[in-house]
Amino acid sequence: MSAPSNLKYSTDHEWVLFDGDVATIGITQFAADQLGDIVYLDLPKVGTMIKAGTIVGEIESTKSVGELYTPADGEVVELNQDAVDAPDTLNSDPYEAGWLIKVKLSDPSQLDSLLDEASYNAHIGA
Amino acid sequence: MKRTVLFEEHQELGASFVEFGGWEMPVRYTSDLAEHHSVRKAAGLFDISHMAEFEIYGPEATEFLDYAVGGKPSTIAENKAKYQLLLSEEGGIVDDLIIYHWKPGRYILVANAGNHDAVAEALKARSANFQVTIDDITDAYSLIALQGPRSLEILQNIPSLIEGIEGVAEMKYYSGTFMRFKSANGRVDVELFVARTGYTGEDGFEIYVPNDFATFIWRALLAHGEELGLNPAGLAARDTLRLEAGMPLYGHELGLDIHPAAVNLERTVAFDKADFVGKAALQASAAPTRKLIGLRAEGKRAPRAGYPVMHGEKVVGEVTSGVLSPTLGYPIAMALIDIDAIDADLTVDIRGTALEVSRVELPFYKRQK
Repeated sequence: MSAPSNLKYSTDHEWVLFDGDVATIGITQFAADQLGDIVYLDLPKVGTMIKAGTIVGEIESTKSVGELYTPADGEVVELNQDAVDAPDTLNSDPYEAGWLIKVKLSDPSQLDSLLDEASYNAHIGA
Repeated sequence: MKRTVLFEEHQELGASFVEFGGWEMPVRYTSDLAEHHSVRKAAGLFDISHMAEFEIYGPEATEFLDYAVGGKPSTIAENKAKYQLLLSEEGGIVDDLIIYHWKPGRYILVANAGNHDAVAEALKARSANFQVTIDDITDAYSLIALQGPRSLEILQNIPSLIEGIEGVAEMKYYSGTFMRFKSANGRVDVELFVARTGYTGEDGFEIYVPNDFATFIWRALLAHGEELGLNPAGLAARDTLRLEAGMPLYGHELGLDIHPAAVNLERTVAFDKADFVGKAALQASAAPTRKLIGLRAEGKRAPRAGYPVMHGEKVVGEVTSGVLSPTLGYPIAMALIDIDAIDADLTVDIRGTALEVSRVELPFYKRQK
């Protein structure tokens, strides 16, 4: 379950895809596997201003509750309603259909400290 | 961490592992939900060899047991079993147990893995004035649970079960019998103790296997059960299954600070016995102020263990276990609630959000017979 190379990763197991100053955020396959079957998502509403390092949402499996952190400050510009309606998408396709939110970044340089794929794979011992 | 004899089998089946009661146990093989549904619809196979087992025998074995636990093991007929509480001197719950009368005058007492040492110490201390032997057989036996509506068919589908299988269909819940398993080539020839007990709310069997034969029996069950829908199932599914069935879990619904009557288990305590550990304290104690009840909610967000239960702004209890029920499709929870609030309008504080809940009878799920 090696992580894709076009993404950046946080040590909290979020992945980030950049498109200009908009970041798409999701959770990694490793995080989804650790949680087990994901059954409920609580995501921040569009328009919410979020702050780096804070909990912005929750991801519940039958077994436990995981917290979604944001790696950077910004405004939520889109959320993935399809994933909210079918949370198991995070288990089956966490890097594509299972994306969670898109954030317009206030300061893209905050993301310089994110891990690349090799560092993240090392972080999870993959 | 300890590993069961079947650890490598689980690895080969692709299991993820979790620490539980000091053991490295399979939490899931594929999907918690798929394994849960497999047990409700067909069958699941669980390795529960982490459970603690003690064999108890000797001239005063029954007198000892009647003194050591809350109920009356002396009334357990041969081949029968009873659910029991091991109480503390203070009347709290050291553990919940099943006691099987498996051979004439010989009993096995099955305890939770996490309570192995506490139970072993309590049994030893309580045996001082009795002619009784207590053998810890935890590391000699593996325990395999076959659970689900097709469990009976699966056992009957195993050609190597050659003795003791005849009467299996008539075996009652909470009884057990020995079965002889002899492989076609004769290389495996072993006696198994097979009990119709479980922790899922379904029909099923718990199979006590001497460790040397555990891998063979596990494989035989999977091989002959596959065509009947049997899948290996992990501790995650075991937890959601027992919760739907309203069964208590030590550390959640049961504990040293929990009065048996608070969790609706006073029926397991026999106050008409001359003496037993915990009797004086329970007789002297006031009625418990909280009671265990079932709660349900709408939506998909589950109350979890430890979340406060509220009546308006007032905390009136605490969730002991909760989950989005895989079978029922709505959130369910057990909670200890102040007696005067059990029929009040309740909410659960889910990390700052008030979730409306309503009281429902336990169990949440009951199988069709």
